[in-house]
Amino acid sequence: MTFSSTSLEAEATPAGDSSLHETLESSPPASGRRLLRAFLTDWGAMLSSAYILLIILMAIFAPLLTMLSGWGPYEFDQAAIDPNLGAIPIGPFGGISAEHWFGVEPGSGRDIFARIAYGARVSMTVALSATLLTTVIGVVMGLLAGYFGGLVDLVISRVMEFLMAFPALIFMIAILSALPADNRVFLLVVVISLFGWPYLARIVRSQTLSLKEREFVEAAKASGASSRRIIFREILPNLQSTIIVMATLAVPGYIGTEAGLSFLGVGVVPPTPSWGQMIAAATPWYAVDPMYFVIPGAFLFLLVLSFTTLGDRIRTIATSGEARS
Amino acid sequence: MIRIVGSRLLGMLVVLFLVTLFTYAIFFLLSADPAVQICGKNCTPERIEQIRLNLGLDQPFWTQFWGYVGGLFTGRTFTVAGAAVECAAPCLGYSFQTSQLVGDMIVQRLPITATIAVGAAVLWLLGGVVAGVLSAVKEGRFLDRFFAGLTLGSMSIPNYVLALALQFIFVVALGWLPFPQAVKFTDDPGQWFLNFILPWVVLAVGYAAVYTRLTRANVIDTLQENFVRTARAKGLQPGLVWRRHALRPALTPIVTIFGMDVAGLLGGAVITETVFGLNGVGKLTADSITANDQPVIMAVTLLSAFFVIIGNMVVDLLYTAIDPRVRTGASA
Repeated sequence: MTFSSTSLEAEATPAGDSSLHETLESSPPASGRRLLRAFLTDWGAMLSSAYILLIILMAIFAPLLTMLSGWGPYEFDQAAIDPNLGAIPIGPFGGISAEHWFGVEPGSGRDIFARIAYGARVSMTVALSATLLTTVIGVVMGLLAGYFGGLVDLVISRVMEFLMAFPALIFMIAILSALPADNRVFLLVVVISLFGWPYLARIVRSQTLSLKEREFVEAAKASGASSRRIIFREILPNLQSTIIVMATLAVPGYIGTEAGLSFLGVGVVPPTPSWGQMIAAATPWYAVDPMYFVIPGAFLFLLVLSFTTLGDRIRTIATSGEARS
Repeated sequence: MIRIVGSRLLGMLVVLFLVTLFTYAIFFLLSADPAVQICGKNCTPERIEQIRLNLGLDQPFWTQFWGYVGGLFTGRTFTVAGAAVECAAPCLGYSFQTSQLVGDMIVQRLPITATIAVGAAVLWLLGGVVAGVLSAVKEGRFLDRFFAGLTLGSMSIPNYVLALALQFIFVVALGWLPFPQAVKFTDDPGQWFLNFILPWVVLAVGYAAVYTRLTRANVIDTLQENFVRTARAKGLQPGLVWRRHALRPALTPIVTIFGMDVAGLLGGAVITETVFGLNGVGKLTADSITANDQPVIMAVTLLSAFFVIIGNMVVDLLYTAIDPRVRTGASA
């Protein structure tokens, strides 16, 4: 499962989370303004953010962009492919021209720019929804397990261990191949989240365990605050930077997972475009029309790279003294 | 120690049982009727009934489930087109799409998957640890930054994109590597080796990146420990400090993670084998998805869960044996 959760798993290894844990725990929460300033002067983080923003805008305005370019994602342009040469695109670099900005698909002549733009919608929707869902579940479960301990902790921890012991990719394939093909985007989000939340919950749990022993929690308890108030008003705000870092680092994993599942044919169903699925379709053509896999491949690679860089930088900023008063 | 092994074994059996139950339930509840699929196009309702009866699909869930679990331990007999097919334990089922026993299909393809897995594992362990130690030695210098960039890129590139790119560059454009051909090691070791270079590299790259980061972080942490400072202060040779004091504790966690990653490789093999058209268990899984061959997917899921769980247990036990500090924690 190299493409999906190795990075996440690495973060969740004893070495990974303990260092995050210690540094995050031993110092007061970062001041927002300093964090922002450190962020703005970091060109790696800025460049990554710019690319991510570009893709988000492309996803949102996909219909407008395809109106501008003149070709929709489902339109076949028979004039752009050469039937005598096995239907490969006419012109250099996979048929890149003023008409088709990123060229056309060999075989069908569909416009690649339009399919990239619409594919960004799938990638972004799945990855961001899965991140939101895993973050909510992970934080709540981690808080509950860490704060209440005892039986609650035992049950939640066992469920987490069970899910993490699973070969997640194979299991996602199994579930998705058994499920009916309608509304794949929703199913992808659910399946990815099902196996994703324990990695965050584990870290939230261990931080909650140490936070609940601190004086301010005891003070709140002594003044008669309810468990709910202590968890959400006292402990949760202290977990803010951990949650932001973990969530940002989870996004690239989910983008990769969605693309990988679509690549294997259990993700988004054609004709709806997705980057992973486009690369899968490009595989038989890689020798004659390399641009067909290079373009979606590059978009995918840069998106994952940007999110990973962003997560790394935010973590460095949040854990280093730079952002602290 | 015996108590720990015992409780671990029991826990492992429980998890394996739950995985089997969970997987079986998903296929039982969610998937299309296998009888209809087996029956094919020229199908009559009577024939579907007959197939259901033969397969025991008319039985309630638990009966079928225990039949499957029983087959794993004692073997079972399938009735296929009127004839009986013997399936010895551990029986993983019968694939009606290919008219073969699932167990045989997997065993035939296991050597290829094992070849890819072992080669890649050696590559990423060596590459990751060497790059990680070098980065730690040259912390903050050019080499460290270079590896940091390389690591970030390697972690981010999806392995199927990398596979296509490398194949295009080295096979099509430069012609340095021959087109992959199906040869056995004994027939033509040279061609065999050239065939597997790209799959090994592609599968190893992502892991190597993670190992580089981990090794670097661990070595840098260990170098700041008191015992390393003491060893240096005693005037021990730098080489000896490195080998005996710094590297050993820094690399122990790497070894344990390595065990788990190797056990989980079946997942990674799915994509690598599919892209390179290597006929291993991973490709079998991918093909079974397209053909909707559920007994095979079910069996591969179980098998990979089995590997992962066994891997986890071996790693836990090894860790307990290597590091006495864990023992007290593990019993709590």
